[in-house]
Amino acid sequence: MSNATPEITLSARNLKRRFGNFQVIHDVSLELRRGEVLGLLGHNGAGKTTTLQMLTGCLLPDDAEQNGCGIDICGINLLHHPVQAKAHIGYLPENPPLYRELGVDDYLIFAARLRGMKSAAVAEALALAKQRCGLEDVGKRIIGTLSKGYQQRIGIAQAIIHRPAVIVLDEPTVGLDPTQIREIRSLIRELGDTHSVILSTHLLSEVESVCDRVEIMQHGKLIYGDTSAHMQQHGSVSGFIIVLGNPPPLSVLAGITGISHVEQISATQFRVLHTPDSNPKGTLLSMAEQQGWQLEQLTPLQATLEEVFVKITDAEKATSGAIK
Amino acid sequence: MIRLLALRELRSLFAMPSTWFVFAVLQFILAWFFLARLEAFLEIQPQLAQLANPPGVTSTVAAPMFNTVALLLMMLVPIFTMRLIAEERRNQTLVLLLSAPLSGRHIVLGKFLGLLIFLIVLMTGVPLMLYTLVLGTSLDHGLMLSNLLGLLLLTSSYVALGLYISALTTQPIIAAIGALAVLLGLWLADIGAAEDSPWHSISPLSHFQNFNNGLLDSSDAAFFVLFTAVFLILTIKRLHNNRVYG
Repeated sequence: MSNATPEITLSARNLKRRFGNFQVIHDVSLELRRGEVLGLLGHNGAGKTTTLQMLTGCLLPDDAEQNGCGIDICGINLLHHPVQAKAHIGYLPENPPLYRELGVDDYLIFAARLRGMKSAAVAEALALAKQRCGLEDVGKRIIGTLSKGYQQRIGIAQAIIHRPAVIVLDEPTVGLDPTQIREIRSLIRELGDTHSVILSTHLLSEVESVCDRVEIMQHGKLIYGDTSAHMQQHGSVSGFIIVLGNPPPLSVLAGITGISHVEQISATQFRVLHTPDSNPKGTLLSMAEQQGWQLEQLTPLQATLEEVFVKITDAEKATSGAIK
Repeated sequence: MIRLLALRELRSLFAMPSTWFVFAVLQFILAWFFLARLEAFLEIQPQLAQLANPPGVTSTVAAPMFNTVALLLMMLVPIFTMRLIAEERRNQTLVLLLSAPLSGRHIVLGKFLGLLIFLIVLMTGVPLMLYTLVLGTSLDHGLMLSNLLGLLLLTSSYVALGLYISALTTQPIIAAIGALAVLLGLWLADIGAAEDSPWHSISPLSHFQNFNNGLLDSSDAAFFVLFTAVFLILTIKRLHNNRVYG
């Protein structure tokens, strides 16, 4: 493998979609490289599913000929050559598209052949997909008799069986128990090394644990996009919470250089904020040592994705409200 | 690809108990009807023998039997066509086909051929029963073949119509009732109209009558082929609209 930037496997430009008079998607543009996991994050009804449907060719964008709208999968235009382009996509919709009356093996073989796999290669692909999704023991069972968790995993298996360049997963961990969620997340991580994965979710922890990049969607617009590590820092505050067994008066703490604000949470707990460029931790520790404040705990403040998400969506709401 | 989809359709059909139930009941009804016709024929055979040019067993047993099958198909085909697209849409499996590297043509033809093959299998009992008569008498093979061809064309036109109606809705039951209503309407247009009324020409059953009488008319065959093609094309258009309108 070379160190060059991996090629772009999916690029969508200026997608628009209207249902009746209701504009669901406004000018969404996305780009995805090989070996990248992109999380599409948003509230219910933000337009995540509609976007994914357009990326997989299940729904055509509006006014595709104008405004430079287009979707390329591995360099093939999805709108002009849908058959060739779709061979590179694996798609798990919101509800796994399962033929409940078929056996698991039969169904997965059908899914692989449907995506144009040669029958000679299917057996190997079937074994690999089943092993990856933990379906080895249920190959002969009828899909309709299996639990929701298994059905979800069969849905994922059908999306990856033909080793597509782009894997599109719409809320992949819905209906799974915590162990299965962890397994599926590590599977997605693993898939993300060799394929491009785009997944929609409203679970922030999912984004935190599997995604390289996040796009936040609200009211059909992408309002924020960055790496998930950056997003965590976005708008975060620098500071820590300290617990002192024998605390000094508040003014003493506030007087330490670098500390911009101190707030007493309980008798022994303080929230200390400081400017981002100066960290008064060292001074504070040595002072606590010298003056016998009995430091018990020091926890850095870290904004969770939850807070960041709310912050970003609220900010967006405020600005769009101001425009109106 | 078309073959793969047709095989999937067949596999799903045979995986359902209701299919086998319909299969069994239909064979029973057909056998009953066949034996009743045969018995009637044996009763009037002495009188027939006195005629100068008596009708043979093929035209007294086989032709009415085919006619009955044609009428039965009208009720039977909607039961099977209703699932084709409406149920895929309701179970959200249609997405699998729409996101797969297939054109609408593949999906529609795959489903059409899958069900057509199934119905042919369902109907094989009819010629098999009739051909047992060869043990005791001789059959008019020309009349048999024209009936079989007519039945095949009639079935394909019904399947195409049912497939289109199934593509219009999300509820299989509405697709069934819709297809049945249209087929009954076409039938009533045929039997209710006056002798030389143009209404006869739009009814598949009236075009089947010539095949039933052993008359191979290319215009009848053309009607069936056009009827089937029109509804298949409409279905392809409808599936495309699925992508446009969601």
